[in-house]
Amino acid sequence: MSSAVSSIPQTRKQTGASIGLVLFRLRAFIALLVLIGIFSFLTPSFFTRDNLIILVGQTAINALMAIGMTFVILTGGIDLSVGSIVGLAAMASGLLINRGVELPPLGVVVYFNIPAIIFLVLCLGTLVGALNGILVTRFSVAPFIATLGTLYVARGFAQLSNDGATFPNLVGKPELGNTGFPTLGADTIAGIPIVIWIMGVFTAIGWFTAAKTPFGRQVYAVGGNERAAELSGISVNFIKMAVYMISGLCSAMTGLITASQLVAAHPAIGESYELNAIAAVVLGGSSLSGGRGTVWGTLVGALVIGVLSNGLVLLGVQEFWKKVITGLVIILAVVLDQLQARFQQRLALRSA
Amino acid sequence: MVSPSSEPNELKLTGAESDVVLLAKQITKVFPGILALDQVDFKVYGGKVNVLIGENGAGKSTLMKILAGVEQPTAGELVLDGHRVSFKNTREAARLGIGIIYQELNLFPNLTIAENMFAAREVTKNGVVQHREQEELARKVLGRLEQPLDPRTLVSDLRMGQQQIVEIAKALSRDVRILIMDEPTSALTGTETEALFRIIRELTAHGVAIVYISHKLEELLRIGDYVTVLRDGKLAAHARAQDVNVTWIIEKMVGRTVRAPSRHNRFHESATGAPMLKVDVLSLPRAGSGFTLENVNFTLNKGEILAIYGLMGAGRTELFECLMGLHPEATGSVYLNGTLLGDATIAERIEQGITLVPEDRQRLGLVQQLTVGQNLTLASLRRHLTWFWLSDRRENESVSAIIRELGIKTRAASAPVTALSGGNQQKVVVAKSLLTKPQILLLDEPTRGIDVGAKAEIFQIINRLAEQGLAILFVSSELPEVLAVPDRILVLSKGKVTGEFTHDDVTEEKLVRAASALQQTDHPTDREQSTILQTT
Repeated sequence: MSSAVSSIPQTRKQTGASIGLVLFRLRAFIALLVLIGIFSFLTPSFFTRDNLIILVGQTAINALMAIGMTFVILTGGIDLSVGSIVGLAAMASGLLINRGVELPPLGVVVYFNIPAIIFLVLCLGTLVGALNGILVTRFSVAPFIATLGTLYVARGFAQLSNDGATFPNLVGKPELGNTGFPTLGADTIAGIPIVIWIMGVFTAIGWFTAAKTPFGRQVYAVGGNERAAELSGISVNFIKMAVYMISGLCSAMTGLITASQLVAAHPAIGESYELNAIAAVVLGGSSLSGGRGTVWGTLVGALVIGVLSNGLVLLGVQEFWKKVITGLVIILAVVLDQLQARFQQRLALRSA
Repeated sequence: MVSPSSEPNELKLTGAESDVVLLAKQITKVFPGILALDQVDFKVYGGKVNVLIGENGAGKSTLMKILAGVEQPTAGELVLDGHRVSFKNTREAARLGIGIIYQELNLFPNLTIAENMFAAREVTKNGVVQHREQEELARKVLGRLEQPLDPRTLVSDLRMGQQQIVEIAKALSRDVRILIMDEPTSALTGTETEALFRIIRELTAHGVAIVYISHKLEELLRIGDYVTVLRDGKLAAHARAQDVNVTWIIEKMVGRTVRAPSRHNRFHESATGAPMLKVDVLSLPRAGSGFTLENVNFTLNKGEILAIYGLMGAGRTELFECLMGLHPEATGSVYLNGTLLGDATIAERIEQGITLVPEDRQRLGLVQQLTVGQNLTLASLRRHLTWFWLSDRRENESVSAIIRELGIKTRAASAPVTALSGGNQQKVVVAKSLLTKPQILLLDEPTRGIDVGAKAEIFQIINRLAEQGLAILFVSSELPEVLAVPDRILVLSKGKVTGEFTHDDVTEEKLVRAASALQQTDHPTDREQSTILQTT
């Protein structure tokens, strides 16, 4: 449609617009840098090695859940059960370490070593995710409702596991061969906490899966246009099952880390964590209607929340104001998201 | 424009000029990239049934939307009772007595009949809705329509035909002087249609002007007083219904110029060996009773182009859906190269070489959030792997090759697919299918909603693919395409094969007659209704 005569100025305008668009897209990252700059300027204790390690360590908990959540949200779903899965996983690890598994017919109690416990707990989280997936695919329950139900069920089982009491002192016993659980949350490798390494590995795998594998592309397609995806030969139900299982797995990992850090498992661990995870995903630029978002974006989103929270504490801002500010940041992010969508649409129309 | 022999004298019509209540003068409507209406004149006579007819894409719906205030003309004017008017929206048109019954139903399924009829203009007393009064009024209108429906029934509990009646009743419950009906009988049974015709006669006797749009030609001549034919957004003919016949209408609708490219001379292996695709007594039962497809048999050979022609709701889309395995309840057998497909999944069918280019590219063909390149490889991701991840190099090679081959005009493969024009988006959907290396390509209305140039390109591509040995099955409701392109044409009506023609012995008239055979027999299904919903 564009004639040769008008092509030169149009191109220039377009590049200008695209640069604007790129900056717009990177806004979460830019916001992160700006926040870091502001806090470093306002309080000298912010930009120190020790504080940054604490900050990233705190963020890791949320980031792990948010990475799993990203996959769910990319398909246009939502997983409200992640916080409860964190609690259930923490309690399961506590149960396995302190009490073992009783086998009534044999009258013996089996204790597992720590790697086996980690494996079992991860399986449990994946299984709860699979339950969500079955509800969403086989029984066509809306993801919001299905995972809301699982939220209660998983939390209930977390409380039932020890009659609402805490599993204290999860250090294990040498004679049972199950010591070393606190290592996960407390130790460092090359001066960096294991927790941060785990976050790094999960982020890398998550990014690779989403961006580089057929599975990832299919996740985007299902979220973008389910019918078109189906007609392209994509097994929509398989993809949906898988994303809830991924989310369950990530949440179980979070539960293990939390219990390990506390060296105890309390049934209320992870309450309302789902909201932080969703906030991180949204801040990272994912669209709740599906089909748009990245794992890197989610990591940046989680870091924005982490920096905000950490920095405001260092500044001595009251906890209640912290909540107000966090909420405003999330709203601002979504408003900007809408503006970007409109801006992109205009650009697309112009270049058509 | 038209030959004098077949044209009834225009002068005869001028005598009735004073009866024209609404006059559309030199209406032009431009959509981005498409000239939908080109200086069209349209007269609506008071107390008469004014029939508007044309092929899909001829501009009927656009003209009607302009009359009802849904769209505003790019140029031209509307004259109502001698005064120039312009409508910003449907409410303004409604205030002046212009009502419209859309082809796609605009009802709230979660509300009752009465609530639907009085939606947004509820009968109130001190701000409280008077349900009983509304129901009484609704009952009266339904009584006039000879439909003893309880106004308290939820619309979702009604059959499609009954919902259509409610839509009509809704329009009648307002004070209309001009009532536009877009294919009102497409979902009605024979008796319901008869009742509607009686109502139309009653309305016209009271001076109401009806603008009537339908594809059922015999029906049009029965009910119509004046016939206006549109073709390619232009006025093709205007005449009194009593002066014309079905043949005349078809001639005007189709025109003499054929837009689609001519058929290439091809060698196809019809005589040699087994057919590539064999469909054996395929039936698709419909919810309730009867069949959406009934005992459909046909074969398709290597390098052959077979067109499926039929009216809306004839079962064309459902046939393709059955071939792709979307209807597990279908009976009969489909053989691909002699192998029974059975209950293979869509992915398995694609793997075996059968692929579908769906009718509605926005809803079924494209993932809008993905780029052009990502859409292109979506159905063939497995072909673009190194180990277990996607290879950028392989993807780029395939994508740039197919973009070049089909001449897809895009800034880059990384451009958003929504930035492309309709024709190029359609090419992306076709290209996505081609990257699966199919043996059989199913195309459902491949030229819907794209401009004439892009249509020609699509058919050049189809011809070339057939020469390369692909078997091609395409559905079209555009007569020129069906006449020009395929080697064979299969006509469906009400789910049955009502005609099969070869390229050499087919005529427009044969096609139209076969397509309208069995029409008006019984009521269609929800599935067919949803097809209707998709198309507008």
